[in-house]
Amino acid sequence: MIVYLVRRFGQSLLAVVAMAVLVFMGVYAIGNPVDVLISPEASQADIAAATARLGLDKPLWQQFGIFVINAFQGDLGTSFVYGRPALDIILERLPATFELAMVALFLSVGIGVPLGVWAGMRPESIAGRTIMAGSILGFSLPNFWQGMLLILVFAVLLGWLPAGGRGQTTEFLGMQVSFLTLDGLSHLILPAINLALFKMSLLIRLTRANTREVCLQDYVKFARAKGLSGRRVVLVHILKNIMIPVVTIIGLELGSMLAFAIVTETVFAWPGMGKLLIDSINLLDRPVIVAYLMLTVLIIVMINFMVDVIYSFLDPRIRLSEMKG
Amino acid sequence: MTKLLEIRDLHTHFFTRDGIAKAVDGVSLSLERGQILGLVGESGSGKSVTGFSILGLVDAPGRVVSGQVLFDGTDLIAGGERLLRTLRGKRIAMIFQDPMMTLNPVLRIDTQMIETVRAHEDVSRDEALRRSREALVSVGISSPDERLETYPHQFSGGMRQRVAIAIALLHKPDLIIADEPTTALDVTIQAQILSEVQALCANSGTALIWITHDLAVVSGLADHLAVMYAGRIIEEGPTRDVIAQPMHPYTKGLIESVPRGKKHGALLSQIKGMTPSLLRLPSGCKFRPRCPRATAACEIEPALDVMDQGRRVRCVHPHTENYPEVLAK
Ligand SMILES: Nc1ncnc2c1ncn2[C@@H]1O[C@H](COP(=O)(O)OP(=O)(O)O)[C@@H](O)[C@H]1O
Ligand SMILES: [Mg+2]
Repeated sequence: MIVYLVRRFGQSLLAVVAMAVLVFMGVYAIGNPVDVLISPEASQADIAAATARLGLDKPLWQQFGIFVINAFQGDLGTSFVYGRPALDIILERLPATFELAMVALFLSVGIGVPLGVWAGMRPESIAGRTIMAGSILGFSLPNFWQGMLLILVFAVLLGWLPAGGRGQTTEFLGMQVSFLTLDGLSHLILPAINLALFKMSLLIRLTRANTREVCLQDYVKFARAKGLSGRRVVLVHILKNIMIPVVTIIGLELGSMLAFAIVTETVFAWPGMGKLLIDSINLLDRPVIVAYLMLTVLIIVMINFMVDVIYSFLDPRIRLSEMKG
Repeated sequence: MTKLLEIRDLHTHFFTRDGIAKAVDGVSLSLERGQILGLVGESGSGKSVTGFSILGLVDAPGRVVSGQVLFDGTDLIAGGERLLRTLRGKRIAMIFQDPMMTLNPVLRIDTQMIETVRAHEDVSRDEALRRSREALVSVGISSPDERLETYPHQFSGGMRQRVAIAIALLHKPDLIIADEPTTALDVTIQAQILSEVQALCANSGTALIWITHDLAVVSGLADHLAVMYAGRIIEEGPTRDVIAQPMHPYTKGLIESVPRGKKHGALLSQIKGMTPSLLRLPSGCKFRPRCPRATAACEIEPALDVMDQGRRVRCVHPHTENYPEVLAK
């Protein structure tokens, strides 16, 4: 088990390093930020001074070296725009995105898994078919369009919920959160649904396919032959087996939800990291972009690592064979 | 006294895209308390589906269409899921063919045993655990405490089947339906399990339906044999008599294809042709195209005729020459 975890940790580290190189190289290719930051009438000397101040006059490999050394000290550069550490700016926005992603994840698992199991148990029933048809819609309609439709129906036509912003926040575990106040919650619902719909559809399909497969297994029939209640057969014998792939997907999707809440945040003016990224790209605020990408990679790698750990707990076959190995 | 089990004219059909497969097509069987019935037939003849029909475990697109399954006088088909659930695992247990697939891979053995005890009796976890331990010991598993805390994949096939048998025995059922429980195991283990199950059933007075495609396996075990072909019983009677003088050409073929000690090296005769698809059965006797005795008279489906000595056979031209003198020998 320890050997397994150490090996997985090494792999994770390698992934982060590889991404650091890619991100740095990739972002370096984006136009010259000095052009954006300095007024068009600035003299050649002003431009040179600004370039030197930002460290952009050094050769590429030196810039990367400085970037890596600083990164290890938690310094991912200073925002060209805000003049403050890029990481701080992103971390300020992280709680909003994190909250949105968690609520969306909660919705997609809490609704997607039960619906998927239901549809898998009765694939031919009307309910089962309706669930599947719904998931196809959630799957294929573009995310931003779903978001705008939600705003149109619930904010504009019905006027039940606000169309954007974060609403009133309170402090919870040292973070500003919306879900504890009524106003915050009403702001949270629509973007969370929007972010959840795609994942929910994914989970419905995954859970349904797995449920159908597991249902055909002899051990399910044997469980019924033992006289267990239908409830226990589904909640223990079937669910425990389909949780293995579901947890994997949840882990992967949580990472991507955090990272790519961009569309939802933009549509609903949700002040999170995604919106910050879009703004920074428009302003060519290179350190913020780099810091955002690096942080995202780190989060995804960490989540994947944790998923592997949970996975090994769920599946005794992996845990025990790795223990021996 | 009522019979323990009496199946009357059972029909179980599978409604598939290609048509209706009558997997069980008018089966009638009965079983006394403590009796062992061997249900024999080629693969695909409907043995498993018969077993599942008794317990109401036929999967879609299959369904029991008509008939009665009287267990201790109560009709299980009419009783429905609610009644069945109180009987499954409690008074009628089942053991499946492939021990690698019957235990849930992600649950520990103790979980899978305790839940079986507690599904039917309101006892403490400790009491359920104690009984599980006892059941494991009774099927010859040593150090049951360690075994209880492991997962199925840590057991060999033979061990897993023992665990499944232990689970079936937890409530000392009146009837165990064993669906080819030794087919997937190697020969030595097969023999061990066979004799253990026989002893356990004899001790507890449990009746047994032993399903197999291998006549050699049941001939030493069962009191009574029923031979199935294409969803019907085609021959039935006391094991000794059926083996000594099979009346149906199909049964005769089955017996002659079993290797015997004496005739070591002798060529085994085989039944020609293949098991027919249930969707394309011939009219009349279903065995007709493969039968050496078939005539034009076989184009009309024969009934399951009652012969002397409690034998039944579904054949226009049964092997009744010298019967029953043969048996006297
Ligand atoms: N799930 C199923 N779908 C369709 N047909 C089935 C299904 N299960 C069984 N059958 C039909 O029932 C017949 C008998 O099956 P079975 O009872 O398993 O045979 P066996 O005698 O080998 O146990 C098969 O030949 C097949 O035609
Ligand atoms: Mg079978």
